[in-house]
Amino acid sequence: MAECGRADSSSTTHTMDKSITLPPDEIFRNLENAKRFAIDIGGSLTKLAYYSTVQHKVAKVRSFDHLGDPLYEISEQEEVTARLHFIKFENAYIETCLDFIRDHLVNTGTKVIKATGGGAHKFKELIERKLGLKVDKEDEMTCLIRGCNFVLRNIPHEAFVYAKHADSEFRFQTTHPDIFPYLLVNIGSGVSIVKVESEDKFERIGGSSIGGGTFWGLGALLTKTKRFDELLQLASKGQHASVDMLVRDIYGGSYGSLGLTGDLIASSFGKSATADKGFSKEDMAKSLLHMISNDIGQLACLYAKLHNLSRVYFGGFFIRGHPVTMHTITYSINFFTKGEVQALFLRHEGYLGAIGAFLKGAEEDNPNQYSWGENYAGSSGLMSVSPEMNPMQRARSGTFDMLEMDRLERQLVNLPLLQDPSSYIPDTMDLTEDALAREYWLSCFEEALDGVVKRAVASQPDIPEAIERSEKFRQKYRHKLQTLRQQPFAYGSLTVRSLLDTREHCLNEFNFPDPYSKIKQRENDMALRYYQKAVKSLEQLSWEQRQFALVRGVLAGNVFDWGAKAVSDSLRPALLLQGPPHKCALFFVDNSGVDIILGVMPFVRELLSRGTEVVLASNSGPALNDVTNGELQILTERIAAMDPVIQAGLRDDRLTLVQSGSSSPCLDLSRLDKVLAMVVRERQTDLVIIEGMGRALHTNYYARLSCESLKTAVIKNSWLAERLGGKLFSVVFKYEVPPGKPSQEDSSAPSTPS
Amino acid sequence: MYGRSEPDGEAAAAGGRAPSDGRTSNSTARRRSDSVKKTRPPFPWFGMDIGGTLVKLVYFEPKDITAEEEQEEVENLKSIRRYLTSNTAYGTTGIRDVHLELQDLTLCGRTGTLHFIRFPTHDLPAFLQMGRSKHFSSLHTTLCATGGGAYKFESDFRTMADLQLHKLDELDCLIRGVLYIDSVVSRGPSECYYFENPTDPDRCVQRPYTLENPYPLLLVNIGSGVSILAVYSENNYKRVTGTSLGGGTFLGLCCLLTGCSTFEEALEMASQGESTRVDKLVRDIYGGDYERFGLPGWAVASSFGNMMSKEKRESVSKADLARATLVTITNNIGSITRMCALNENIERVVFVGNFLRVNTLSMKLLAYAMDYWSKGQLKALFLQHEGYFGAVGALLELLHPS
Repeated sequence: MAECGRADSSSTTHTMDKSITLPPDEIFRNLENAKRFAIDIGGSLTKLAYYSTVQHKVAKVRSFDHLGDPLYEISEQEEVTARLHFIKFENAYIETCLDFIRDHLVNTGTKVIKATGGGAHKFKELIERKLGLKVDKEDEMTCLIRGCNFVLRNIPHEAFVYAKHADSEFRFQTTHPDIFPYLLVNIGSGVSIVKVESEDKFERIGGSSIGGGTFWGLGALLTKTKRFDELLQLASKGQHASVDMLVRDIYGGSYGSLGLTGDLIASSFGKSATADKGFSKEDMAKSLLHMISNDIGQLACLYAKLHNLSRVYFGGFFIRGHPVTMHTITYSINFFTKGEVQALFLRHEGYLGAIGAFLKGAEEDNPNQYSWGENYAGSSGLMSVSPEMNPMQRARSGTFDMLEMDRLERQLVNLPLLQDPSSYIPDTMDLTEDALAREYWLSCFEEALDGVVKRAVASQPDIPEAIERSEKFRQKYRHKLQTLRQQPFAYGSLTVRSLLDTREHCLNEFNFPDPYSKIKQRENDMALRYYQKAVKSLEQLSWEQRQFALVRGVLAGNVFDWGAKAVSDSLRPALLLQGPPHKCALFFVDNSGVDIILGVMPFVRELLSRGTEVVLASNSGPALNDVTNGELQILTERIAAMDPVIQAGLRDDRLTLVQSGSSSPCLDLSRLDKVLAMVVRERQTDLVIIEGMGRALHTNYYARLSCESLKTAVIKNSWLAERLGGKLFSVVFKYEVPPGKPSQEDSSAPSTPS
Repeated sequence: MYGRSEPDGEAAAAGGRAPSDGRTSNSTARRRSDSVKKTRPPFPWFGMDIGGTLVKLVYFEPKDITAEEEQEEVENLKSIRRYLTSNTAYGTTGIRDVHLELQDLTLCGRTGTLHFIRFPTHDLPAFLQMGRSKHFSSLHTTLCATGGGAYKFESDFRTMADLQLHKLDELDCLIRGVLYIDSVVSRGPSECYYFENPTDPDRCVQRPYTLENPYPLLLVNIGSGVSILAVYSENNYKRVTGTSLGGGTFLGLCCLLTGCSTFEEALEMASQGESTRVDKLVRDIYGGDYERFGLPGWAVASSFGNMMSKEKRESVSKADLARATLVTITNNIGSITRMCALNENIERVVFVGNFLRVNTLSMKLLAYAMDYWSKGQLKALFLQHEGYFGAVGALLELLHPS
């Protein structure tokens, strides 16, 4: 991991310029090969979904037949990947949008558009006329549930609890590996309460007629305010106690024996039961909001209790990104369950119907057999159109919100060795909650941007328009960083990982698939030259000296200019390889060059010699200078040609290379390649080694595994070193033994940064 | 023994459930009446329930006063008795519900009539003023009071009328009152009743119900707000939950929406309105039934949902709005009650509280909702003295301190 050095601060202007007046081609992207349209038309917003294929440049490595420099050739090939597009816009733009789509749709062979939502029949004729597609209506609730299952399964930080007065209003939840059963409370004009037990099994167990339509309709009558948003604005300014009869209005204080405090509402609108008409609009709206939110919360709790469910998600236009209603619903749930059930909200709640309708239409492609990932470059993020965030913005018309999801080539699953998958959080630091850390890292990434742009251009020296693309990349990523400064919660919890991943997504977006390819190639070539020499010198050392040297090697590889002397004293855990050999070690590798070739490989060699099988897990796609699975295949073959130990390992299938399923400099152990998980299980892996800042420090530092683990990294960031109480180039060498298992050495020494 | 005693049958009905004077043999009754006489509190006997909207007052008028007593009776007491019993309205807002009065009732060995009086809580100062002018405090009676107002206005009673309140828990009083009244009412319309054929408007009729073996029962008290109690025995109950959408909400919203100012006006308007013009029904959205989920087309999908549209807001009448408010509040109470009944595994529900006073619309709606959504499993029961049980419970506390 690199590209985070802190330079002198550059001035940046923080604007909130959202995608308001984007040209339509930046909204309805990749229409040329779009197919499988679906549309969800609600009371005020339309959500359009389609499937497209995206041509991407991908860096491929191919081994040369001859030996010598360079080791392999790099080519950028066009690869086609599948992408899902979801666009949300106001119903007022539906005609303009349909026109645009018609003009840009090129013979897709699509004949049908799946439609759902209350407005589907109203616009049926328009859609059929404009697009020439047959509108095929799908059941609203079925679509909603399908969409909900899809986002819960594919977007790690989809669900959150809302805490108005906390440092970070949004607390994102780790999705339980088993998403079922759950309760979905959909608050549209009325309320539907649905129990979902599996992908195909759900039941509407109840509902209520007091819902968003009641707030809107009754609110409009009471306040003469027409718009839903304006009613919410009114409510957020009101004082309900002037309209509601509180417990203290009846009791003079609390009703102690029942534990009802004085400020509880005894009778909604109880004080307006009078000929007196002096009630303010704000106060009435607030009272109405409380009345409806409390009522829905109470019913939801009664249903949750009856069906013994603890996961309750809320959605529908009443909730949709409105902090005011999320707060009142949360309050109500807390009150009625005494904190036992938390109200959960969904980041992409507004898209559920469209996603579900799309999935219904795409059944023959079987989208559920793949894993999908949110594309941060193409998605607007949470609250991008919230009136609360920026009231000015709401007044301007033409607000569009987008969600794009990429089909991942590999199916992703949990690492079977996680101690408790449901409580596993990959990230060490949550920047959403830590304002100081957030500020540091955002500035850090902003300042590193120039360097990344330069590197991107340099990676494509023969392509003249690369400069132009690199500038587009710069704009896009800077814009993302600015958004995250205002809305740290836009893509779930903000973490160093999400900042890095967003940058990778933006680079890919502008066809810089692997800016480091040439550097990696050069470094690999260089390091290979020293391999045999390094191995030979290691073999001459005594066993104990060799252990120290091996660990030093791994660490040395992880930092180029590394103070070996200072480190060596603190490396007692080199004794890791004392005692009976492990059955199988899983090694998550990091950088190319010295790190993998002179650090990791000799260590692997030692493990193999001890009789331990080794599984080397590397990235599926490029990220920074991390070695990819493609590169590692070639490197290992090359090393095998020089080293009989490695050769024998490969030949006897005791050294296995697998891909992680990730293209990130960090590591999410809950989203790993299915094959990796299978191999890990088959080989009875009993040691996991995670290397590098991205994988062992920014993520997984606190990860608990059910077998022995070693997390090792060199802290190459002085701010972080200081945060952790150490110095720059301090070493993290964290050896952990799960409770109840004998350690390889007596004093398992999770060494902290020296 | 003074005067007539209660009929035997009535006394039997009270057995073991309420602290009535019944179910005692003549000899034990006589013996008890002697001891009762000593502990019997002095007249006047009141029970009071000061709620958020209404004050409910029950007054026992002894009819077995001997000539000797008549002579001894102090002037202040006489004046209060005459004032209360010779009028049916007090001031501009106080009302005696004559149709509810219970005659020939024996309480603590005395026979007389139990009167049921109500007035708005905001007129409590006038009531206290009257108490002061009639020198109520000179009678040295204990005034048993329940409801939140017993706490809130305790000091007003002391400073304005020189009266010391004996404060009682409203839910204790409510249950005691329900069990007692149900046990002593014998003639006239049955205290407890239900609606037969609730789902068929043409055949829906009110029928008496004998509340034998009443436990467990769900007791839903609809006053300004709503409390839902699960009652397992006379002394074993719990408050399951409550909702702030109650009678106060109906009247409060009606006042704002229609400009009316009394419950009677609001109900009168509601009886003439049509809620389907205001509410969005399932059939308004789906054209008919939503079969996928077994929702009938006539069910309300969104209360006041049609009012999202400007045109429809302009086309509804005040009566329609009043009706929709009534239907919304009533159905919501029905849903919450039904869920509580399921969670508590109770099949009998007794609805009480002044929201149901002269409100057959809501009672039939509740009866319908209970029956329809539970597929006949739940039975909605109602009581004639709907709002007065708390006050009765307070009176009983005066006579038989628990």
